[in-house]
Amino acid sequence: MVYITLISLFFGVAITAAIVYFFFKYRRTHPEQLGVPIHGDMRLETAWIVVPALLAMTMFAWGAVVYVDYRRAPVDTLDIYVIGKQWMWKAQQPTGLKEINELHVPVGRDVKLILASEDVIHDFSVPAFRVKMDVVPGHYNTMWFRPTKVGRYHFFCSQYCGTNHSLMGGWVTVMEPTDYAAWLSGASEGNENPVLAGEKLFADKACITCHLSDGRGRAPSLNGVYGAKVLLADGSTVTADEGYIRESILEPKAKIVAGYQPLMPSFQGQMTEEQILNLTAYIKSLQSQPVPATGSGIAPATGKK
Amino acid sequence: MPREHYLNATYGIRSWLLTTDHKRIAMLYLVSVTFFFFIGGAFATMIRIHLLTPTGLLVTPETYNKLFTMHGVAMIFFFLIPSIPAVLGNFLLPIMIGAKDLAFPKINLLSWYIYLIGGGFVLYSFSTGGLDTGWTFYTPLSSVYSNSAVTPAVIGVFINGFSSILTGLNFIVTVHTMRAPGMTWFRMPLFVWAQYATSIIFILGTPVIAITLLLAGMERMFHLGFFNPALGGDPILFQHLFWFYSHPAVYIMILPAMGVISEIIPTFARKPIFGYSFIAASSIAIAVIGFFVWAHHMFLTGQSTYSALAFSLLSYLVAIPSAVKVFNWTSTLYKGSISYDTPMLYALGFIGLFLIGGLTGLFLACLGLDIHIHDTYFVVAHFHYIMVGGAVMGYVGGLHFWWPKITGKLYPEFLARVAAVILFIGFNLTFFPQFLLGYLGMPRRYSSYPPEFQVLNVMSTAGASILALGYLLPMIYLTWSMRYGKVAGRNPWPATGLEWQTDSPPPTENFDVTPEVTWEPYDYENRPDLGLAIEGAPTHAHGDD
Amino acid sequence: MHRTGELFGQYKTLEQQRETASLGMWIFLSTEVLFFGGMFMTYTLNRSTYPDIFSEASKTINLWLGAVNTVVLIASSLTMAMAVWSSQVGKKKLLTVFLVATLVLGCVFLGIKSVEYHEKYVEHHIPGWNYQFEPGADVSTNAHTQLFFSLYFAMTGLHALHMIVGAGLLLWLIRQSIRGRFTPEYNTPVENIGLYWHFVDIVWIFLFPLLYLIDRH
Repeated sequence: MVYITLISLFFGVAITAAIVYFFFKYRRTHPEQLGVPIHGDMRLETAWIVVPALLAMTMFAWGAVVYVDYRRAPVDTLDIYVIGKQWMWKAQQPTGLKEINELHVPVGRDVKLILASEDVIHDFSVPAFRVKMDVVPGHYNTMWFRPTKVGRYHFFCSQYCGTNHSLMGGWVTVMEPTDYAAWLSGASEGNENPVLAGEKLFADKACITCHLSDGRGRAPSLNGVYGAKVLLADGSTVTADEGYIRESILEPKAKIVAGYQPLMPSFQGQMTEEQILNLTAYIKSLQSQPVPATGSGIAPATGKK
Repeated sequence: MPREHYLNATYGIRSWLLTTDHKRIAMLYLVSVTFFFFIGGAFATMIRIHLLTPTGLLVTPETYNKLFTMHGVAMIFFFLIPSIPAVLGNFLLPIMIGAKDLAFPKINLLSWYIYLIGGGFVLYSFSTGGLDTGWTFYTPLSSVYSNSAVTPAVIGVFINGFSSILTGLNFIVTVHTMRAPGMTWFRMPLFVWAQYATSIIFILGTPVIAITLLLAGMERMFHLGFFNPALGGDPILFQHLFWFYSHPAVYIMILPAMGVISEIIPTFARKPIFGYSFIAASSIAIAVIGFFVWAHHMFLTGQSTYSALAFSLLSYLVAIPSAVKVFNWTSTLYKGSISYDTPMLYALGFIGLFLIGGLTGLFLACLGLDIHIHDTYFVVAHFHYIMVGGAVMGYVGGLHFWWPKITGKLYPEFLARVAAVILFIGFNLTFFPQFLLGYLGMPRRYSSYPPEFQVLNVMSTAGASILALGYLLPMIYLTWSMRYGKVAGRNPWPATGLEWQTDSPPPTENFDVTPEVTWEPYDYENRPDLGLAIEGAPTHAHGDD
Repeated sequence: MHRTGELFGQYKTLEQQRETASLGMWIFLSTEVLFFGGMFMTYTLNRSTYPDIFSEASKTINLWLGAVNTVVLIASSLTMAMAVWSSQVGKKKLLTVFLVATLVLGCVFLGIKSVEYHEKYVEHHIPGWNYQFEPGADVSTNAHTQLFFSLYFAMTGLHALHMIVGAGLLLWLIRQSIRGRFTPEYNTPVENIGLYWHFVDIVWIFLFPLLYLIDRH
């Protein structure tokens, strides 16, 4: 930021100074006076094409590095689900604790937010952390940050979303880890654990009738699938992340697992974003369950081909 | 003043409403774009007053959302985009290349009527519930959730697009086929090059927004699912299609203004422009490269990182030709014979403000920085510096420069210089604080804001009152001058273009005899007919040679 | 007002007038490419996201009607080209004959199109109007096939609109040709409207395989 500001200031001031200087130094002194006809200068033109281009590349490179790092969340993050809807934010901590227009996080920890929208495009932004990301209906976006200082910081909705767009904000509270843990357990009573909620949904919506955990059902077992590579019918592989799980629930025909029939019905319009998140939390919890030898969608570890 | 000219050649309202004279059509546009400028300006005034207090002083959030939306739609589609091309371009292009009229005069008139019909639909939308989707019409807010008069507005903007397309078509064909003998491509004024580059964008970009709005409108009317995720559509697809036009659209708004500046500076420095071919080439380069940067408006939508990298890189590249122009204009001042006439003040003000706007574009193109300043007042300040500090100053400066030619009268010079300075100061006071607001985190399109942002907002509104004065003054004295101004004569400045060789105001046919061009543009040294310093006499007081 | 074929107004020669009109038509056609292009882009993106759905939906549109229409349109481009040729060699009667033939073929196309649209109406395949892909189809299938049909109607509808405009232009051409206005020295409107007609034909040649021929064997 400082670097770009300095370069901009330099050119801004230099050119303005040149203009002002020429403006006064070369003012017309008698009514019929002409200027000195100078048509151009190849060396100058080359210089002021090449030098700015090189400077621009440095600015690009610096920004690119920051951005690429921002788009790739680190591996071990504290995952919080954030749902935006007209005109409020709901955040769900890993234990299932829900907050409205508030977000509590521990200092010094990598925090990843998984963002979902229930209606229009929103944007979750925390100016003090220099982070923001659009929240787009129809798929998940993620963002991450590592708070370094305890305190309370504004967050805003930063994508125009209708009438109360300006009111759709709140506070991020960064706490010492021990305080955070205390807050989390203290306020947890009466809040539904998302994994348990998801497990209940898994049974209620009859997922369990096809997705048998021992792999003998009409659909692949979901043990260990979260985070693994899944082999698809067309030979390609895909990583089973939150987005994949969501798509599998809403548009099951989009990616068929190798060796299985496209039998799964779509649950589009039958589930809220929260329910999908709870199911995702449950499936995530099956990560450590034993993967059956046959009847799993996971791609073979030894990538031959 | 000549006895007969284009303004008095025929009388009656029919002779105006059914005219095919490009000069009269330009005047018709002048009246209509000024009308929309007032409308957009009225909304802007209400916005700035409303933002004096953190909770909002004037209107409800619903109304505020309509105000900024309608301000954007009116200003962008019905003022900025047509302004220089349809007013100054229409008037000057044929004369500058020695032609009697554009290639398709009737299509030119049709363009104006299409503009009016589009404007009518939009005004209907404004007055029957207003529009609150943002001028960007993002889906699914616009196609599903908004309860405002979206459909007529979308129809109006769609129709208006054809006005642009036909104007662009007309200009391109005119430049190719209607040049006078001797008027080669590299003898054309840079204003013509700028219009030509703009017209390329008109014809290639505008159809895309037309189809995009058509699809979005259909989605809203018939509950289809192109851009609605609940029906299997993709809201990001809308953004890609929308910005594919709307980014080049900003070059539509700035290139003509740059063309104006390229005419004013050589005139008031009395020397050829420095780097003519580089300025001409950079206009074309901006038009072309400008088509490849649209997704820099979408860095934070969740698009692929690779795509973001590509668009950021290209966005830096598109800045280079603009920088080249600024360097060349500044170099033209070196060893010039500079006069402080009003058009020159506007041109120099343009360079300063465009410089700030352009440099802040470098901040936004930087991926890492954009994370912080995207969708904040930083962006608002950036584009107002370019569109108002740049394009509008270019338009007003151009109006002043060619006012003697268009009306045959001179405007009051002293008052005009004062107004130019007031405009420049008012503009900076209005918009510079907004860079700071954005950096501090204030999001855009907010009808209320946290109290810590109030001081800068009040400064911005105070500046806006001065800016408003800066706009009102020219409207008053320019109108006054049409009746009471001093007679201008053919070439008051004097300047070297073909337009200054004919009467002020010009006859309907533009020229009594088709000119044959033998001189290079801005060639003050070899133009004894201008009545300036002649061979032998001391031409430049700056010594060397 | 001037008569068709006279040098008028801002032009200095007939040659310049002709060149100008021609360049104008080519540039206009390039804007049309971009106009249709946006929809082709939308179509391509959606088809690559939902290939199976698009394939299933495509099978329900009437391949034979579409194929006949393709032949009809290509034939009309042939008659249009013959009309241009006739004007170039001064065969005025033949010119009128070919123009009328083109118009008739164009109307046949539009007629067959309306039969197709009616079929879709009967099958409840018109998006937003009691849409149901097939009895018992679930929400997701309905949503995605509806996307296909939205694009189908938008693309063929816009194309049909251009055909109707073309028919209007042909009517004007026929009227002028009956009055003998076109000669080998002056046949610019015939040429330029011919260009427009060929363009509309080419759009259909892209539309037909994209919409009708997905996955047919």
